[in-house]
Amino acid sequence: MADPKPINRPLSPFMIGPYYRPQMTSISSIMVRITGIATLGTVFLVVAWLLAAATSPRAFATVDWLMTGIVGDLVLTAATWAIWYHTLGRLRHLIWDLGYFVDVPAGERMGWGMFIGATILTIITVIAV
Amino acid sequence: MQFMTDRKRAEGLGSARSGTHHHWRMMVSSAALIVLVPLFIFTFGSALGRDHPGVLEFYARPFPAVVAALTLIVVALHCKAEAEEAIIDYVHGVRSKILLWVVAAAAYAMIAAGLFALVRMAL
Repeated sequence: MADPKPINRPLSPFMIGPYYRPQMTSISSIMVRITGIATLGTVFLVVAWLLAAATSPRAFATVDWLMTGIVGDLVLTAATWAIWYHTLGRLRHLIWDLGYFVDVPAGERMGWGMFIGATILTIITVIAV
Repeated sequence: MQFMTDRKRAEGLGSARSGTHHHWRMMVSSAALIVLVPLFIFTFGSALGRDHPGVLEFYARPFPAVVAALTLIVVALHCKAEAEEAIIDYVHGVRSKILLWVVAAAAYAMIAAGLFALVRMAL
């Protein structure tokens, strides 16, 4: 029988910081999670804008002013980077899932590819739209 | 015991018991979004910055409207699962349960509101 006495085991993420050195593999993976959760906020902004456009010209004017102003531009540019980064991160998961590039050096190269690729795609997006 | 195969003895002993299902669901939505996200970013980017009648006219067209609807549904569900994974990993007890409810409610509410807006602009 297992000991019924409760044991206070450390709960995740106790490893990060004191015991675990930041590496390209871990940082690029943590960033996928952060950008994924941040994208829920981006979905809120997009839905608010669509709903305002469908509601009335006045509602649209307010939300559109917020989204296309200087603060809106900065937020949407950051949001665009997050979406591109997350998309590339998930592409890396798909590649791994198919059984390719599962060694550490390839994972690290793809991690750099995600940071650099997301930045280039964001610049292209800002210029193109 | 000696009549049990290795597989039979190992089955159901994973930490979560449904990890592969969760993983596979994420992979399916990821594959869909690799295609949908670029289409959405460039159609939405083209809509943003137009005046109100311009936006209504743009989202009355089938392609931008269908891309927006599909992306909204798949992104909201994908990011809901993403947030749930993080909550299960890092938040525990009552706070974990309440956060899971809030995330699910927010994701479904955004899907419903976004689809309503798109349908209203299309019709």
